[in-house]
Amino acid sequence: MGSPFDINGGACVAMVGKDCVAIACDLRLGMQALTISNNFPKIFNYAPSTYLGLTGLATDVNTVSDLFRYKVNMYRLREERHISPSDPGQPGQLIVPFICGFDSIGCIDFAKDFIVSGTASDQLFGTCEGLWEPDLGPEDLFETISQALLSAVDRDALSGWGAQVYIIEKDKVTQRLLKGRQD
Amino acid sequence: MTSLMDHQARETVGYSFSESTAGVKQHGFYPYTDNGGSTLGITGSDFAILAGDTRSTSGYNINSRMVPKVFKIGGDDETGEGATIVLSVVGFAADGNALKERLDTVVKMYKYQHGKPMSVSACAQRLSTILYQKRFFPYYVHAILAGLDEEGKGALYSYDPVGSYEREQCRAAGAAASLIMPFLDNQVNFKNQYIPGSGEGHALAAKKPEPLPLETVKGLVRDAFTSAVERHIEVGDNLQMVIITKDGIEEVYHPLKKD
Amino acid sequence: MPGFDFSNYNRNAALHARGVPLPKATSTGTTIVGCIYDNGVVIAADTRATSGPIVADKNCEKLHYIAPKIWCAGAGTAADTEFTTALISSNVELHSLSTGRDPRVITCMTMLKQHLFRYQGHIGAYLVVAGVDPTGVGLYTVHAHGSTDKLPYVTMGSGSLAAMSVFESMWQPDLNKEGAIALCSEAIKAGIFNDLGSGSNVDVCVIEKDKPTQLLRNYEKPNERGLKERNYRFPRGTTAWLNQKVISKEDMKKYVTIETLSGDDNLAAGEKMEVDV
Repeated sequence: MGSPFDINGGACVAMVGKDCVAIACDLRLGMQALTISNNFPKIFNYAPSTYLGLTGLATDVNTVSDLFRYKVNMYRLREERHISPSDPGQPGQLIVPFICGFDSIGCIDFAKDFIVSGTASDQLFGTCEGLWEPDLGPEDLFETISQALLSAVDRDALSGWGAQVYIIEKDKVTQRLLKGRQD
Repeated sequence: MTSLMDHQARETVGYSFSESTAGVKQHGFYPYTDNGGSTLGITGSDFAILAGDTRSTSGYNINSRMVPKVFKIGGDDETGEGATIVLSVVGFAADGNALKERLDTVVKMYKYQHGKPMSVSACAQRLSTILYQKRFFPYYVHAILAGLDEEGKGALYSYDPVGSYEREQCRAAGAAASLIMPFLDNQVNFKNQYIPGSGEGHALAAKKPEPLPLETVKGLVRDAFTSAVERHIEVGDNLQMVIITKDGIEEVYHPLKKD
Repeated sequence: MPGFDFSNYNRNAALHARGVPLPKATSTGTTIVGCIYDNGVVIAADTRATSGPIVADKNCEKLHYIAPKIWCAGAGTAADTEFTTALISSNVELHSLSTGRDPRVITCMTMLKQHLFRYQGHIGAYLVVAGVDPTGVGLYTVHAHGSTDKLPYVTMGSGSLAAMSVFESMWQPDLNKEGAIALCSEAIKAGIFNDLGSGSNVDVCVIEKDKPTQLLRNYEKPNERGLKERNYRFPRGTTAWLNQKVISKEDMKKYVTIETLSGDDNLAAGEKMEVDV
C-alpha cells in the first residue's frame, strides 16, 4: 500500500498577483492508478474572498473541509462577521493579497509568490518557479496559474482530468473550468 | 562508493512498534549511491544542447562543486577535440564515468576500424546495447546522448538505466527532472497552449511546436536550471552547457547558486 | 495535557503496521547557532525549510519569540518547533505574571525539556534557547528527547558541524556585540553553503542586558535569485477554458450585507466594546 497522500491523487496551487490572488486544483479522484471520478474539486469557499485548497487522502479532504466549515460557521455566528484569510482579522483591515500553505501537521508557509500541494507538488514547484513573476494582473495571473497547473498535472499520473481555477479580486471572484487532458 | 552495512531482515507484515529485534542479522552489499544533480537536453533544427549542473552530493554533503556531467564522446585526444557526439550521465557518478569511458572507447575503435566517424543513430543503438548487457547489475544512470543526425538536424536520445531509449525533442533527467520536464513541455513543445482567438470552444487551435532558435533554447536551459536550483537542494554550483552545431562543440559554464 | 488530538491514532498505527510510510512533515534541516558575548547573547538561523530534497519555504522564520528577552532558534520538525515554542511562550508569560518577576532562561529551558521528555522524542523539536534575565546571560540547547546543554557557543541542526567548525576556529572568550553577530552570521553561512539542508538567508537575534531585543530578520541575503533570461508572460487567451462563473460583490449583496471599511480605526469605533474604567 502506498502513502495515504498518494492513494487518491490530486494537485492544488495558489499564486499571488497584483491586487489579486488565484487558486487552482485538478479534478481527479482515484484509487491508486484507477480513476474513480473526474469531478472532485479540492477548493472550498469559506467567506466572500477566503478559499482553501486541500489535497491528500480524499476522506480526510472531506473531513477537514467539513470540520473547517463548521468552525468558520461558528466563528461567523460568534463574531457576527466573516472570517478573513490571514488572521482573526481587524474590522477595517486593508484588503491585501494573501496566500499560505500548510504541511499535514500545521506548519505554515507564508509565501510571497506561490504555494503548491498534492501528488504533483514537485512538478508544480518546477512550473511555478519557471513561469511565475511578480505583479501579474488578474487576467495574466489566470494564464500563468492555469499553464503551471496543466503542465504539472500532465507529468503526474495521479493528477489531472480537468482543472478548476478561482481568480480572487477585490470585489469579484471568477471561477473557470479549464480544458485539460482526459488521460 | 561501496558501503558494507548491517541490514536487518525485514518482516513481511508486523506491528510496527513491536517488531522483534531478535532476527538474523544479514550483511548487505550496497554498491550504489545517488550523487544527485540534474541534466537536460533540447534540440533545434541545426543544433543540440546538453546541459547539467556540476554539483556532486552524498546525503546532505557536497562532494564537489565542479564535477561535469556532460562528456564529449569519441574525440581525437583527451580534451575531446574533434568529437561530434555528446553524452550526459546523472545518477551514480562512478557508473556514469565507467559508462562514458566505455562508450568513448567504442566510438574511437569504430573510427579506427572503419575510417569514418560513428553516426549518432549508430552510437545511440550501441549505448543501448552497452546498458542492456548489464541488465541484472545495471549502470545506475539516466543517460542522454546528443549530436547531429545525417541530415544535420539536432538529435537527442534518452535512456533508462537498462537501455530502453527513444529519440526526443527535449528531456530532463536526474534529481530535478520532475521539476524541469513539465516546464519544458510547456515552453518547448507548447503543451496546453492555444492560439488566442483562433476559434470558439473545441475549435480553438492548439499552438504547434516548431524548432526553436539557439538563443531561445539557451535562455530556456538557464531558466530551467535557475528554477531547479531554487527548489531542489541537490542542484547547484555551476551550469555546464554543451552546444553541438555543424561547426563543432562549444562548452560554456555559468555560475549557479551555491547554497 | 490538552492540545493534541489522538482520534486518528489507531487508524494511522494500523496503516503504519501494514507498511504505510509516515507522512512527510516539513523539516527545517537547519543550521542554528548561539553565542554569548560580554553583555548579552546572539542567536542566528538560516531560512530554508525542506520536505525531502525539495525546498518547501525559501525564507521561513526559525527564530521564535518566547519572552521579550528570551528567544529560541528551532531545528527539526518545523511544526513541532513552532507549536512547542508558542506553548512554552504562553506558559512562561503566565508564570511571569503569577510570580511578578521577569522570566528566566533556565525556567524556560526546564519547561521545554520537561515537555519534550514527556513525549519521548516524538515531538521533533531541537532548540537553542537564549536570553538575558535577572541572573545574567543564558544559552542552552534542548534536544527532542529532553537532554540539555549549557555552553558559551552552540550549534544545532544538519548544518551544526559546518557551523561548529567556524566557532571552533574563530571563537574567542572576550567577544563584543559586533564580533558575536559577525561570528554567528559566519557560522550560519558555513551551514548555508556546505550543508544541503540549510540555505537562503541569515536571521539574527541580539539579546543584550538593559537594551531592547533586536530581531535582525534577513540580516544577510547571500542567495538572491538573479533575473530570468526570458519573459514567461502568456498572451491572454492562451489557456482554453470551457465555462466560467463570476461572483461579484453586487451579487453577494443579495444574500449578505457587505460594508467595506477603510484602514481608519475610528470607522469601526461604534463596534467597540464598552469597558468600565
